[in-house]
Amino acid sequence: MSASDTPKRSMRTPLGRVRNLGAAHSGTSDFWRQRLTGVAMTLLIIPVIVVIMMMLSSNQAGAKVILSSLPIAVILLLFIFASAWHMKIGMQVVIEDYVHNEKVKLVSVMLNNFFAIAVALASTYAILKLSSGV
Amino acid sequence: MALSIVHRATGVALYFGTLLLAWWLIAAASGPAAYSYVQAFTGSFFGRLIVFGYTWALMHHMLSGIRHFVWDLGYGFKANEREALTWGALIGGIAATVLVWIIAYAVGGGR
Repeated sequence: MSASDTPKRSMRTPLGRVRNLGAAHSGTSDFWRQRLTGVAMTLLIIPVIVVIMMMLSSNQAGAKVILSSLPIAVILLLFIFASAWHMKIGMQVVIEDYVHNEKVKLVSVMLNNFFAIAVALASTYAILKLSSGV
Repeated sequence: MALSIVHRATGVALYFGTLLLAWWLIAAASGPAAYSYVQAFTGSFFGRLIVFGYTWALMHHMLSGIRHFVWDLGYGFKANEREALTWGALIGGIAATVLVWIIAYAVGGGR
């Protein structure tokens, strides 16, 4: 065995290196959160559709009244939070699959994060503004 | 069935479709003028087409996602089961979209 293929010495045992990385801990956290947010949105889809149906025939004043109701605001906030997280993870997977240039990939993953956070915060701000009536 | 790419494509479409949801909420929070722009868009033929496409992408992606949950839990791997789940997501997605739009028009969304 030459020096080059000698693995770097580590004080960590093989078990220690993998411990807590399985079963939805940090090693597969995105996999787990993708499922978690997916289940959350599946549970929320009927209430969300009902809210949108309620809004269909109303103008801005009516929309304001509906969106400022606490349960409706909470339903939409949960849905927005879950969808922003879900789409951030999903798009990152797509980027990692198709973008092979390391720098372009890095920039794409960053822009993806910015987009998801911007959409989530803008939507959240709008709902909180409607709820607080300012 | 090569439907996994449809799951991915609808996911990417929904990603950008979120802008529509954000626009609608921000407009509602901004005032009558901003909100009337959204209503003019969703009332137009093109806007309605986009929202219809968004509805289908959402319904299909959700049912296709449930199919993935079934696989995650270790079920539905036999050839005929895979086919059934995939066709279920495809047909169910279209059916759910049509149903949602029928209800939407029934409750006064088609003015």
